[in-house]
Amino acid sequence: MKGRFQISLPLICFLTPVLLWLVLLIVLPHVDLLRMSLRTEDLGGQPAWGIGNYLNFFKEPIYWLTFVRTAVYSIMVTVMTFIVAMPVAFYITKVAAPRFQGFLMMLLLMPFWVSELVRVYGWMILLRESGVINHFLIQLGLLKQPVEMLYNDVTMVMGLVYTSMLFMAVPLVSVLESLDDSLIEAAYDLGANMGTIFFRIVIPHAMPGIVSGSIVVFMLTLGNYLTPNLMGGKNSLWFTEQIYNQFIASFNWNQGSAFGFLLLALSSLVIWVGLKLSRQKLSRVVQ
Amino acid sequence: MQIDLSVQQVTKTFGDFTAVDDVSFEVPQGQFFSILGPSGCGKTTLLRMIAGFTEPTRGAIMIRGADMAGVAPNRRPVNLIFQHLALFPMMTVAQNIAFGLQRRRERRSDIQGKVSRILERVDLPGFEDKTIDQLSGGQKQRVAIARCLVLEPAVLLLDEPLGALDLKLREQMKVELKKLQAEVGTTFVYITHDQSEALVMSDHVAVMNKGRFEQVDTPQNLYRHPRTPFVARFVGENNAWSGAVRGSDGDTVEIETASGRIFKSRKTMPLEPGAEVELFLRPEAMIIQPGTDVGHLNRFEVIVKSLLFDGANSRLLAHPVNGDTELLIALPQNRQFDHIRRNDRIEVGWDPQSGICFAAEASP
Repeated sequence: MKGRFQISLPLICFLTPVLLWLVLLIVLPHVDLLRMSLRTEDLGGQPAWGIGNYLNFFKEPIYWLTFVRTAVYSIMVTVMTFIVAMPVAFYITKVAAPRFQGFLMMLLLMPFWVSELVRVYGWMILLRESGVINHFLIQLGLLKQPVEMLYNDVTMVMGLVYTSMLFMAVPLVSVLESLDDSLIEAAYDLGANMGTIFFRIVIPHAMPGIVSGSIVVFMLTLGNYLTPNLMGGKNSLWFTEQIYNQFIASFNWNQGSAFGFLLLALSSLVIWVGLKLSRQKLSRVVQ
Repeated sequence: MQIDLSVQQVTKTFGDFTAVDDVSFEVPQGQFFSILGPSGCGKTTLLRMIAGFTEPTRGAIMIRGADMAGVAPNRRPVNLIFQHLALFPMMTVAQNIAFGLQRRRERRSDIQGKVSRILERVDLPGFEDKTIDQLSGGQKQRVAIARCLVLEPAVLLLDEPLGALDLKLREQMKVELKKLQAEVGTTFVYITHDQSEALVMSDHVAVMNKGRFEQVDTPQNLYRHPRTPFVARFVGENNAWSGAVRGSDGDTVEIETASGRIFKSRKTMPLEPGAEVELFLRPEAMIIQPGTDVGHLNRFEVIVKSLLFDGANSRLLAHPVNGDTELLIALPQNRQFDHIRRNDRIEVGWDPQSGICFAAEASP
């Protein structure tokens, strides 16, 4: 009798690229980063093993304040992305005529054919002091002086929500497509109003999609470097910038590695808590 | 008798297409009323108008005397059982049934009592905490019925809920549904394309075709006295001939069929000699090898094409000796006709009283 996990040639052929990918690009660098993060200097200035890099993080308020700020803003961005994407997904799947659904999905996808960098510059052209919006507001007489709309937290959060929209909308569209219209009608028939239908029928049904969209958006936002850096300006520090600074500006690879691992721990922790709170299983969500 | 549901000259059009065309009917309290029709005849549209999901283009729908125009589905005293039941998979059986009661903001203790009472009524006591995917097809059916009945609607609407079940279970549920309706006394409006469901369960059946009601009657009358050719064809099985009237004598007419055969038949409508007619005859109206002493029968010889054995519902497929119309003839399973084989030539006869003839509809 054949064993369930018998290793055969086709299996090896299929698994090899995946294993190479995982080992060479994910596991090995992380092992090396972990090794580096645990390298520090002893009192005599000689290289030694230790957790000094991790202790630095807690000693220096700027580091962990940025860290907490990044986490809180990422959660906020995830929630706001959901609030923006949910009506869009609902409209595409349940309200729009079926023949327009493909077209609307296309409209949703189109901006993402352009690189994130270009899209962020697009926002900058709109929002900067000499930008399009300021120009029109002055022309209309609503403003006397141009206002700088870039380089603050509000703009940064908006940019992050915009960047993440698609990754929330796509899982929501697919999960709402599987929602039978007659469930909504049945609830309506049994006396429910729109609010009850939304919270008792639509949301529970969409939960796997909401959680998987939220995980993706949260991780992408947490690890985003470009948008916070370009739209956030000097007062809107993002933890990825701290890591970047350690690696590139301070050339302190050991410290940077430690920060990288802290960020990994943070995202894992938040996702774990999120799954527990929404009573979802990771295996079900990633389907 | 109180009229629970009254539909008055309701018409529904979608663009150029008329889905429901000037339909009127009344359902008294406690009646099991079925709307029977082929798919696409407008019966679902009619049901959705009663439930409130679509508004009629013209006409009025009254439930217990109250006009329902502009009343949303969640404010109507009717409940709908969907074709695929639409039980909420994210809730337990008890939560499903309690859903409507909670919307009415009833007290928690009342809700619990009502849920367990209705579960007992549909023979599912103790099923409160099961999830929907733990239930069998028949159990889901009963939960869906319980979920609506617990709200004590004026009218319960059912949209072919037995369609998804397998044959055996469907037969069983037909009887159960009929019994349940008799027990609770709620007015049921049931739509189906399955004539057997409609005939078995209903007090009254409306046969619907192309957006119109062809006939509203008791199941027995629909079968015995169809009023239009469509009803004769759609309800039960029928053999059909086309022909012309040769003469008429009191309440019988003499008809010459297209293949030159002459039949006498009961007259149900005035027919002039020469008029084109359609003649219908039930398979069980034909008697195989009638005794020679029975004088007034229409007799002719047929050749057996095949034996369709189906227990009590067995039939012969045959065609007349010099004709090519296919005939279905009931084959009683009393061992009397066990000798009949394929390609046998046998005599059949039928009583003129069992014939149903209509003036032919103007050919399209």
